[in-house]
Amino acid sequence: MKYLGLGPQKPKVGVFDFTCCEGCELQLANKETTLVDFLSLMEIVNFREISSDKGDDYEIALIEGSISRADEIERLKKIRERAKVLVAIGTCACFGGINSLKNRYPIDEVNREVYGEMPKETLEVKPVKEYVQVDLAIPGCPINKAEVERIIVDVVTKAEIKFPKYPVCVECKQHINTCLFDLGQFCLGPVTQAGCDAVCTSGKMGCLGCRGPFEAPNFEAFFDIAKEKGFSKDYIKERLSFFNAFSEVKDV
Amino acid sequence: MIYRVISKSEFRKFLESLIESNVTIGPVQSDVDRNNDPIYKFQQVHSADEIELDYTISYTAVKNFFLPYREKLSEYTFTDDDWDQTIEYRVHPRVLVGLRPCDINALNILDRIFYKGTYPSPYYISRRKNTFIIGLDHEPLPDCFCSSMNHHTVTEGFDVFCSDIGDSYYLAINSSPAFDFLKKFQVTVPTDEDDKSYIERRKFIKKSFKTNVEIGSLPSFLDIEFDSPIWKKWGDKCLNCGTCAMVCPTCYCYQVEENIAVNLKKASKDMMLYSCTILDFAEVAGGHNFRPKKEDRLKYRYYHHYRGFEENAKEPICVGCNRCGRACLADINPKDVINDLRLDNEERS
Ligand code: SF4
Ligand code: SF4
Ligand code: SF4
Ligand code: SF4
Ligand code: SF4
Repeated sequence: MKYLGLGPQKPKVGVFDFTCCEGCELQLANKETTLVDFLSLMEIVNFREISSDKGDDYEIALIEGSISRADEIERLKKIRERAKVLVAIGTCACFGGINSLKNRYPIDEVNREVYGEMPKETLEVKPVKEYVQVDLAIPGCPINKAEVERIIVDVVTKAEIKFPKYPVCVECKQHINTCLFDLGQFCLGPVTQAGCDAVCTSGKMGCLGCRGPFEAPNFEAFFDIAKEKGFSKDYIKERLSFFNAFSEVKDV
Repeated sequence: MIYRVISKSEFRKFLESLIESNVTIGPVQSDVDRNNDPIYKFQQVHSADEIELDYTISYTAVKNFFLPYREKLSEYTFTDDDWDQTIEYRVHPRVLVGLRPCDINALNILDRIFYKGTYPSPYYISRRKNTFIIGLDHEPLPDCFCSSMNHHTVTEGFDVFCSDIGDSYYLAINSSPAFDFLKKFQVTVPTDEDDKSYIERRKFIKKSFKTNVEIGSLPSFLDIEFDSPIWKKWGDKCLNCGTCAMVCPTCYCYQVEENIAVNLKKASKDMMLYSCTILDFAEVAGGHNFRPKKEDRLKYRYYHHYRGFEENAKEPICVGCNRCGRACLADINPKDVINDLRLDNEERS
């Protein structure tokens, strides 16, 4: 049996960064206690942050970051051609992420603000899937290493890769947190895919939805609830657009 | 059952000595909500000062001390051609202080499934057996409806139950460890006066309930209302968030997952409490979902709670604490849902 077209051998993996903070790559190199075991499940042929190898014979390409320049599009397309499986890792690659803030302003204005008299060629920020086919998306700002470990174990054991079909609230309740709405705060937990172990809400910070919507978000009901609790339409929109992970929502 | 009376100051000493020699869990104030009301949760305490005996209700049920939200059921170690399994369910004896009657009744309901049921759970039993339970009565909150469910009093499932009769507690002692332990403290045989205060207290609590949920004949009319449009109305509000089941003292559904360690040399079977309102609760191998609609999932939660399943002797399993109603962001609560169904039922007949 093959999964995602892969045989039983150690997959050859390449990791590539685009417009991002490289935090997700750092996560891949994080969690030292299991790092050696993790890396021994694959053969790293290209991963700037931990290796000087620059191989092109990868089967799985992990793409970090959003796409915001013409040369990035070209590079991405080349990687797609070489890889059997292309995985978007992190919120930037999956949805555009924080970088999408740029899209709120006219591109020339942004260019001038950042580069002054030396403008650079730049584009609107887009997620990876806008340019190439994505076989698997692992969201999170940053990605959760434990989740990545589970996925790679699933890949090498040819098990089905699964993501939670429930929202962050379930994990939040597992920590017996006080619901932030009870404390007068706003939280996107009820519409956001779990898997981060509710890190933000456990620290009394409302979820900003970095993992994007879960499989059955009830947006309409959720927005009604939020508005009834006194949060304005604009405020809700602002929260939703933080990571650009809810672009499917047209109005609140 | 043996009855005794203990002064509140002596009861404190009793608590202190329990805390000194056992892991003790009691209600503590953990937050203040946006209306400035305190929020209480059961947590381990290290002195009697931390325990808020006059707390209102705990935010979530104490169920997680018996059915943890996540638990490793067994661990496997793989060798060349073989494997070993380790199962660990020993717990240290511990004390739970301040459970309300509905909370103890909820444990009794869980006992029917995990202790006395067809497939007893050693994990649950070891926790239940090793937990010394001290119950405590209280004035009901405006939305408590445990009296409607007949769970406002409790006659079993605890070691000692305290009724507040002013300067003292009227104790119902229900286990020999409790009796033996209390011998070391100043307890007295109730006087006529104490008995009177106790009866007064019971009456006072009984008449303090402000919420009544009419549950007579509920099982049969739930059957009639199976296709009621009411389910759609409430289902449309539901966020599929599972919160109701997470905070409920009697929701006991769980899923089991097998996880292989990154070194591929170990694996574990892990359970996680789940909820029938979650999207894939009724999804089976191959991807078919028997309850793809949220109104159906919500409906089944109500069916289990108010009609009962076979393993619950077809008895309702709701104890009337309204934790689900309070925690639900969509304000889906038993009182309003059942009233709606009742109205719909009356209109039809
Ligand atoms: S704090 Fe957020 S994630 Fe937690 S229960 Fe409340 S809404 Fe859900
Ligand atoms: S709580 Fe929300 S914002 Fe925070 S990590 Fe989880 S999904 Fe992302
Ligand atoms: S009934 Fe309320 S708490 Fe339960 S899943 Fe639906 S929205 Fe969440
Ligand atoms: S109501 Fe739902 S989650 Fe709760 S015990 Fe019943 S089936 Fe399980
Ligand atoms: S269904 Fe609601 S009211 Fe009934 S026991 Fe569960 S949390 Fe309490």
